[in-house]
Amino acid sequence: MHELSIVTHVAKTLDEIAEENKLTKIGSVTLEIGEVSGIITDYFVDCWNYFKVKHPLLKEAELKLETIDAITFCEDCKQEYKTIEYGRICPYCHSEHTYLLQGNECNIKEIEAENE
Amino acid sequence: MLEIYETKERVTADNDKAAAETREKLKENKTFFVNLMASPGAGKTTLLKRTIAALKDSFRIGVMEADVDSAVDAAEIAKTGVRVIQLHSGGLCHMDADMTQRGLEKLDLEGLDLVFLENIGNLVCPAEFDVGAQMKAMILSVPEGDDKPLKYPLMFKVSDVVLVNKIDALPVFDFDKERFEKNVRTRNEKAPVIYLSAATGENCKAWIAYLKETIENWRQSA
Ligand SMILES: Nc1nc2c(ncn2[C@@H]2O[C@H](COP(=O)(O)OP(=O)(O)O)[C@@H](O)[C@H]2O)c(=O)[nH]1
Ligand SMILES: [Mg+2]
Ligand SMILES: [Zn+2]
Ligand SMILES: [Zn+2]
Repeated sequence: MHELSIVTHVAKTLDEIAEENKLTKIGSVTLEIGEVSGIITDYFVDCWNYFKVKHPLLKEAELKLETIDAITFCEDCKQEYKTIEYGRICPYCHSEHTYLLQGNECNIKEIEAENE
Repeated sequence: MLEIYETKERVTADNDKAAAETREKLKENKTFFVNLMASPGAGKTTLLKRTIAALKDSFRIGVMEADVDSAVDAAEIAKTGVRVIQLHSGGLCHMDADMTQRGLEKLDLEGLDLVFLENIGNLVCPAEFDVGAQMKAMILSVPEGDDKPLKYPLMFKVSDVVLVNKIDALPVFDFDKERFEKNVRTRNEKAPVIYLSAATGENCKAWIAYLKETIENWRQSA
């Protein structure tokens, strides 16, 4: 729902990394996006393409997206299951005492860049 | 030659940095800052007006309104006589730390002890963006239902206090307090849950007392 705003946050963070490491050109950016992060990847890519041409450092950067599976843990039977398929009710014991282990992340995993 | 740099940074890393700066600045200025979050219509503006009325003799208060594009809410707040600005957040779904910093500059912290941000009405992404407040307060209103902690886990997780508004409407909704608290505890072990009605004023004093005490403790530790 706020993909463009996320793109601007990525750009700001990359600007800082570039300054710290004296990077002159970014070849690619790899983002890890959780299945239940709320980010719609198609829309995110559109926002990225719209934004990057206006941002010198990112102009030629290729965007690589990696998905992180959403996994929920059940506190009662201690099993893990796929969040997307079963939601918050444990499919093994029908408990509601579950929490998300992973899947709501949105991380900048790595970048490929050239320094001066 | 392209080299690989491992970063493993959260996308919102820049936001967290700006939020930390804001918190530092507020501390120097001895201004306590509350980020008020809720769905549209949950009662943010109504509760703010009541809170201001109760506290304006003890604190010099400022308000940043981000809730609507029009200036309706800011105008409502302005009637209480405190310093208020409308942030133009048209089309946005949350306030981030940069926008908040600019807002605080415009509001001018000079001479203020207590500042409220009425965040944009939304239970999803405002929870992800630290704006640099000392307190995150959320409102859930009775008509929204007792299952909301399960649907919006992050909001309940990050909140320091959960205010349940519109308790005057309890008789006509199937909102179950026990079930609600059980749901809240699956997401947040310690945030107090305070039931109140911003419209009638019922039990608002519990919230006011909690807020005052938190500010007092913060001042002593700062
Ligand atoms: N019944 C009832 N209505 C309320 C209460 N608090 C707010 N309202 C009403 O709910 C509507 C939305 O309130 P408002 O404060 O503008 O919500 P906001 O969008 O979160 O700022 C208004 O019509 C208020 O009068 C309450 O405690 N009880
Ligand atoms: Mg409002
Ligand atoms: Zn189970
Ligand atoms: Zn948002």
